[in-house]
Amino acid sequence: MLTIRNWPPEGGVINVGSGVFAESMQEQGANVYQVKWQPPAHGKAELIDILDELEGRSDIDKANQTAIERFSSAQPVLTGIGVAREAIPGFGDRMLLHAGPPITWGKMSGPLRGAVIGAILYEGWADSPEKAEELASKGDIEYSPCHEHSAVGPMAGVVSPRMPVFILENRTHGNRSYSTLNEGLGKVLRYGAYSEEVLDRLRWMEKVLAPILKKAIELSGGIDLKSMIAQALHMGDEVHNRNRAGTSLLIRALVPYLVEVDHPQADIRKCLEFVNSNDHFFLNLSMPAVKAMLEAAHGIHKSSVVTIMARNGTEFGIKVSGLGNQWFTGPAEIVKGLYFPGYSEEDANPDIGDSAITETAGVGGFAMAAAIPIVQFVGGAPEDAIRFSEKMYSITITENRHFTIPILNFRGTPTGIDIRKVVETGILPQINTGIAHKAPGVGQVGAGLVNPPWECFEKAIIAFGKEYADGN
Amino acid sequence: MVFKRLVIKPNSYHDSIVLMRLARTVRNIDKVVAAQVGMATGLNKDAVREMGFVSQELETATANDLIVAVVAEAEDAIDNAEEVIKESLEGSARQEPGVKAAKIYATLSEAASVGGAGIAAISVPGEYAAREAGEALASGLHVFLFSDNVSVEDEVRLKKSGKEKGLFVMGPDCGTAVIGGLGLGFANKVRSGRIGIVAAAGTGLQQVMAIIDRLGEGISEAIGTGGRDLSKDVGGITTFMGLAFLESDPNTAVKVLISKPPHPSVRDNLIRMLDDGAKPVVVCFMGEEVGEARRSRSGKVLFAGDLEEAAILAYQLATGESKESLYSRDELDEMARKVMRRVDGGGYFRGLYSGGTLCHETLTMLRRMGIDVYSNIAQDRRLLIEDPLESFANTCIDMGEDYFTRGKPHPMLDPGMRVPRYIAEAGRKDVGILLFDVVLGYGCHRDPAGVMAEAVREAGRIRKDMGQGLAQIAVMVGTAGDPQGLEKQAAVLSEAGAEVLSSNRAAADLVSRIIKAQGGTRQCLR
Repeated sequence: MLTIRNWPPEGGVINVGSGVFAESMQEQGANVYQVKWQPPAHGKAELIDILDELEGRSDIDKANQTAIERFSSAQPVLTGIGVAREAIPGFGDRMLLHAGPPITWGKMSGPLRGAVIGAILYEGWADSPEKAEELASKGDIEYSPCHEHSAVGPMAGVVSPRMPVFILENRTHGNRSYSTLNEGLGKVLRYGAYSEEVLDRLRWMEKVLAPILKKAIELSGGIDLKSMIAQALHMGDEVHNRNRAGTSLLIRALVPYLVEVDHPQADIRKCLEFVNSNDHFFLNLSMPAVKAMLEAAHGIHKSSVVTIMARNGTEFGIKVSGLGNQWFTGPAEIVKGLYFPGYSEEDANPDIGDSAITETAGVGGFAMAAAIPIVQFVGGAPEDAIRFSEKMYSITITENRHFTIPILNFRGTPTGIDIRKVVETGILPQINTGIAHKAPGVGQVGAGLVNPPWECFEKAIIAFGKEYADGN
Repeated sequence: MVFKRLVIKPNSYHDSIVLMRLARTVRNIDKVVAAQVGMATGLNKDAVREMGFVSQELETATANDLIVAVVAEAEDAIDNAEEVIKESLEGSARQEPGVKAAKIYATLSEAASVGGAGIAAISVPGEYAAREAGEALASGLHVFLFSDNVSVEDEVRLKKSGKEKGLFVMGPDCGTAVIGGLGLGFANKVRSGRIGIVAAAGTGLQQVMAIIDRLGEGISEAIGTGGRDLSKDVGGITTFMGLAFLESDPNTAVKVLISKPPHPSVRDNLIRMLDDGAKPVVVCFMGEEVGEARRSRSGKVLFAGDLEEAAILAYQLATGESKESLYSRDELDEMARKVMRRVDGGGYFRGLYSGGTLCHETLTMLRRMGIDVYSNIAQDRRLLIEDPLESFANTCIDMGEDYFTRGKPHPMLDPGMRVPRYIAEAGRKDVGILLFDVVLGYGCHRDPAGVMAEAVREAGRIRKDMGQGLAQIAVMVGTAGDPQGLEKQAAVLSEAGAEVLSSNRAAADLVSRIIKAQGGTRQCLR
């Protein structure tokens, strides 16, 4: 005996395809769920075949749950400040860390080259920019991605051995992460500036700022960055391009201990002024904080969750939890956005920096709805900010338990980018970011919106298919 | 001087109906010679290459990339075109047409995860349709599959899987269904009643529903199956499920089955099943001769020779009242005489249909009258037109056939695509009768009669200049409740000078009477 369930069907209609039919069914009073359909996987048959192998796989879903559980239960705490070469694992003597996937001098863009030159001068490996450039291009310097050392750096992201770095510890899983201290705006190393002014500031940060903050942090017994980020999201930050609230919260947490630090008051005051004058100071803490969380989610067999998105100014690269240390790269794109007076898209360097780690963790561009004022900075209208956040739920696995967005009814931020969902929907992660001038040392020329290149995800799904399509 | 511009916008998918309409708007812009607006599918790329565009970017573009190619006599015409396209598409990106402030989902499974739906209506390009249908079934949803160009293998796989799960797969290439009172695809607003229909044919189903509605009865359910369901490969999975449902459905008193003749291997089982059922059933196998024996062995199955008859038989069974044809012989004779007075010189018949089943029925009716009619869907090879753009002697064209709809909207959505052909036929001295259909209902064009009325008036003017009369006959498939307004639509065409009938069978009958009155069947060799 044939049984037909739910017939005639109760409930609404999912309309996949022509809006004409959605319209006519709504006219008849039906509850229509419209799918904004586009060909899956950009219509590429070979990718669709791979998706068909990978979708609906409970083993992959389970691995992703494990990865996300590790991410969600991670507890990043700022525990101190150290010297890069001592604190960061695998740091070589003549090594410079940089943002994004691996790159050689020949392929580096202006800001990254400038930052490399600046770092060489700062380290004293050369005494003039010309000599530094010669050294940089000769192959005597070892370049290594920050991400391969549990570190992250905004923009050029260059870390040299002597630089002071924040040390964060994930109290749940024990892994650590690192980041330099944010230098502020204007002419700064991370935008490729290497003038004397830049180097002087770096030296002051090393000699004065770092030791004072280090002591305060130690006195505090560690600063819980996860709850600080959660609070900042409720105060108008998305912790990538807006860090005003986070920076303020940090100062509030540090001040009781700063007053106890045994240093000349003038220096402590200067430190506070420095941090206070730089809305982005907290970026160099939000980034390693989510890095520590994502690193805990990396290396889960069969997990299709993205754990790194990073750019070196030439290429965009991603890593996937279940695909080990492979980078999947594509050309970095030009950021679309608002430019500071006197600058235009012609001045822009392609997308650069490790700061897309925030989006990887479901904040930054993914949490734009929490930071509506940001549209004045990156362009668009308030509803765009909400729309961007809402769209990201289509490519993520779950909603964050700790990071929530008030205007979305305190919905958790979209969490756990699944490469299968990205390839299926063709929806690329939404990143909001600063725009670097393509020439070294000019600095930031604007801010806007950008996506990873599709190739990253196409390459990743192919590799993932090779690894896991057979179900093992 | 000719100006050309090709723009490819990566990763900006739009629905083909939207794009085809837009391309049409752009082609109508002053000084635009040719325009293509479409996703970079193989077909659309070919079309753009044919316009003379050569580009590496074009070669590597994917089905997710939008191509805008415009050729014009002035550069500002291209700018205009781009402006129009930009406005239209950016508007639609912000808001899917008609979906007001509703949440829009990225994928079917995302929408299904909300848990509010019972059925999925799928109208994406055929190559992707089976995948979406599979996801719908996996999510426990019934499927209305409007898309065509789905392989038989996929159809069989989907229907088997649906049957296992107790889910309907209506289609592929299912134009119409009315389920739980909701019209899916192209569907008329019919009153609810005791007649349940299972139909392979879209416009065939619409015609039967419309006549039943006109007679005062109504529909319990109208389940579409897609044109191949009763083939040997598919084996009638959906038809059997549909009929079994109607048999058990307390709201259904009479069953109706409309289809092309089934494959012999399916037919026996089908008739046996119907004979075993308790409820009477009217069967219309389009194109099949019913002969004298109009009942099956058990007497429960009545065979109808055409759509109108199927509707009337169903009505009689449901109500117990007898009912004459919609148009009596006398009425048709009178109509024929009236038209003949206008036609004076006589001339060949040309039919231009949007509904494939209706075109097929007309061919069948005229064949029964001994009149040869050429067609692009003729079953008789002798009468098959290889180039659907040509006409010979008496010709009837299905303009919804693949040849005409490749990369262009179906005439149900864009009835005006028939107008140039209509005007051309009207301008031929040896043509005396023009016939076309106007299909109303949800999903169909908003004012099909208005579009065709223009053509009717223009044809009238042309014939006046030629000093010849012309019979213009319209078949209107629709109900009083249809959003276009049946009476208003009929009035618009009558005023323009067309004879409007609500039964395709009757219209074909009228055509045959005119042809015969002109002195027989007038054979013509190519």
